[in-house]
Amino acid sequence: MSSPVRITKNAPKPNWVSTRNPCKACAPLGAALVMRGIEGAIPFLHGSQGCATYMRRYLISHFREPMDIASSGFSEASTIFGGGANLHQGLGNVTSQYHPSLIGIATTCLTETIGEDVHGMLHDYREKNTGTENPVLVHASTPSYSGTHIDGFHTAVRSVVEQLADGASPSAHSGSFVNLFPGMVSTEDLRFLKEVAADFGLPITLFPDYSETLDGPSMLKYEKIPGGGTPIAALRATPSAAASIEFGRTLRTKNTAASFLQEKFKVPATRIGLPIGVHESDAFFAVMERLAGKPIPAKYREERGRLVDSYVDGHKYLFGKRAIVFGDEDLVVGLASFLAEIGVVPVLCASGGKSGALTRSIAEVTSLASHCGNQIMVREGTDFMTIADETELNELKPDFVIGSSKGAKLARSLGVPLIRVGFPIHDRIGGQRILHLGYRGAQRLFDLVVNTLLELKQDSSPINYSYL
Amino acid sequence: MADILRERERQVYRKGQQTAFQLDCEKQSVAGSVSQRACVFCGSRVVLYPIADALHIVHGPIGCASYTWDIRGALSSGPELHRLSFSTDMQEMDVVRGGEKKLYAALCELIDEHQPKAAFVYATCIVGVIGDDVGAVCKRVSSEKGIPVLPVHSEGFKGTKKDGYRAACDALLQLVGTGPIEDISPLSINILGDFNLAGETWIIRDYYARMGVQVVSCITGDGRIDDIRRAHGAALNVVQCSGSMTHLAKSLKDKYGIPFIRVSYFGLEDMSKSLYDVARHLKDQEVMKRTQAIVREELNRVMPMLAEYRRALSGKRAAIYVGGAFKAFSLVSALRLLGMKTVMVGSQTGNQQDYEQLRELCDEGTIIADDSNPLELSTFLEEKEVDVFIGGVKERPIAYKLGIGFCDHNHERKEALAGFEGMVNFAKEVYGSVMSPVWQLTPRKRAGTLEVVR
Repeated sequence: MSSPVRITKNAPKPNWVSTRNPCKACAPLGAALVMRGIEGAIPFLHGSQGCATYMRRYLISHFREPMDIASSGFSEASTIFGGGANLHQGLGNVTSQYHPSLIGIATTCLTETIGEDVHGMLHDYREKNTGTENPVLVHASTPSYSGTHIDGFHTAVRSVVEQLADGASPSAHSGSFVNLFPGMVSTEDLRFLKEVAADFGLPITLFPDYSETLDGPSMLKYEKIPGGGTPIAALRATPSAAASIEFGRTLRTKNTAASFLQEKFKVPATRIGLPIGVHESDAFFAVMERLAGKPIPAKYREERGRLVDSYVDGHKYLFGKRAIVFGDEDLVVGLASFLAEIGVVPVLCASGGKSGALTRSIAEVTSLASHCGNQIMVREGTDFMTIADETELNELKPDFVIGSSKGAKLARSLGVPLIRVGFPIHDRIGGQRILHLGYRGAQRLFDLVVNTLLELKQDSSPINYSYL
Repeated sequence: MADILRERERQVYRKGQQTAFQLDCEKQSVAGSVSQRACVFCGSRVVLYPIADALHIVHGPIGCASYTWDIRGALSSGPELHRLSFSTDMQEMDVVRGGEKKLYAALCELIDEHQPKAAFVYATCIVGVIGDDVGAVCKRVSSEKGIPVLPVHSEGFKGTKKDGYRAACDALLQLVGTGPIEDISPLSINILGDFNLAGETWIIRDYYARMGVQVVSCITGDGRIDDIRRAHGAALNVVQCSGSMTHLAKSLKDKYGIPFIRVSYFGLEDMSKSLYDVARHLKDQEVMKRTQAIVREELNRVMPMLAEYRRALSGKRAAIYVGGAFKAFSLVSALRLLGMKTVMVGSQTGNQQDYEQLRELCDEGTIIADDSNPLELSTFLEEKEVDVFIGGVKERPIAYKLGIGFCDHNHERKEALAGFEGMVNFAKEVYGSVMSPVWQLTPRKRAGTLEVVR
């Protein structure tokens, strides 16, 4: 079968050196989010004070929750003489204020550039502080000049698993549970995955799990570290899992937590796409059926049935509609798969990420979509102004764009609606509660896409239709 | 009582509980304290951001540009170049080989594309470490393209946010004095330290226009390069956000002999006083008469509206945590006008003199804090049973999590809070948060109700 993905000859000119309206954030942000998904943990950035504050603000504006990130607060002196003293002081202060069970340290461009030996510094700190309160210390190397927030996220997941995995750790469920590494998904997605696992009767270690730490209830007293998160004991026990599942077709080139556990502890790893839409969700539920040794619960079979039924109900409104999809690579792949299966043409699939695997992944998930012809363009390592240029140059004429709120300017300049999914969503409430995954998530996305187009049709028509 | 780090004990003060007033401030944030402050880059970026016809390019890895893209609610009446995010997005090889070539190429292509009136190049952390000669690149591009290309030395680790303000002022100083000033009236001012959030500069400009005072430049709200180049022609510099702009005002006084006064456009008292101070300074009877008329007219218009809010808000308790202490003074007065009591007030960057003034202004028992953090702030809110917290985006979730009202008085806000009408907007916003029925459902309010029932 010929691939619907084309490599356009109309590459934008000039080839911009600068990044103009970025479609990505930097690596330590992803790492801080992962650290927030560990029970009793506080994220800590080794670098300038501004990094922690900016990332807090960026995350707070999406999750609308407190998000404390500590910093070693570099000064000129620490930059010249090394930040060991600041790191030690910072760890001590965080410990005495927050009483965390774990501090998750991530580096920044500054500390990576000056070559800080964080591993050695943490070793020294542990030696010097053998006293009463000793949080577990883990660290991830996340220079901002290498990759995006998503790379920082996956690096942190792997680093934490690598540093905590204890092959000798006795586990109550030895061999009867599964590790699930979902990547950077919403808090609602995380809750959904836990529900699916519970319904399958399959215990999982979901990591990271910020479903409660970044989407908690109204409180009487301020919680220094909100409840929830992946327990440290569970992270220690990851080598005794029966299997690991990780989401992300574009991860193929990366050293991931699952690949580490497979190589070192022979925990079989299954890598599937982010389960968005029917096809990718089918793959996920098939894996769950295999690992749980039982068929899909009726609840999900019924959700699938209703979803497909609604696809039929809405197909005429969608066929041949053209969408620009942008965001984190694996989200883009999942959305492209979903859009292609409902009859939309994802005319441009774009990401600020640069895994080298995006084109191939898009080709895989759209291989059945003959209606796409060869109209799908894929762009890695791009930014919003380049997306706008390409849209014009290639006369893409999209009907809508889909991705994070950072695409709002793009959408307005194109005069089409933006359907908000993924991260960050800074201009609407509830971004963290968007469900993308499974048949249920696809149902919500489907209704949203169809209704956005219906609304557009109704609003732009001189006739005020009551039935559509 | 709050868990206050030992290193920070002298940065928190309770009025009336200590005899000698001593508050440590203007210090580097304590490592591990989760300061609400950002860094040097942040200071420069926020000050220069509203200049709408300049190119702003962040030299460094992508984060600093991403996190500051369209971050302020600073409006422009014309070009909107400031609302785009440009970065050299340095990669590993740029760090190894140096980023000068990339910066040069990026500047050239962006200047060709957007034809800005000037360009600001923000040097971030690693640029200072790898030793890129940003100044030399700027000089070269400036001579090739014929516009000012100004380096802003804002490496994050080189001090605090205040040092960033200074770096921004230094860049601005290079522009002032390069434009024609022949047609400028002796009754003229520069507006310093208003950033046109939600159109606030326009409100203020309108008052000055009605007074018959020419505004030469706004630095930097709705700012334009050509206006800033002419700023040395003004008779007076009127400085709001004094923390960020005093350095520029002092330099302009030294270099061009332009006097400056400090003002605040928040609250009725401070707003009126600001206009009167300007009128007095310009020593023109007609201007003074017009000023009196404006103040009278505006007060007559807004006082009845405020009376309504005052009735509802009287006796409510407020906490304030803002960037600059100068804004806090006005907020304490404005809240008092609404019958509200400030029980906690703090800032990221206040100095000893600011805090002394705050202490004089506040009631007994008020907590005053410098460079506070979420844990301290949350305990203050709980302890003082605050009804509304006034701060920025990073303070908002602390209040909301505890079921406490909130008013955004930071640079992301979309409501104009300056000027006479701004005071009405402020009262309306505080009222809208404090009086919302949603609190009745929160654990905090429910706990209170249950106690009453018992």
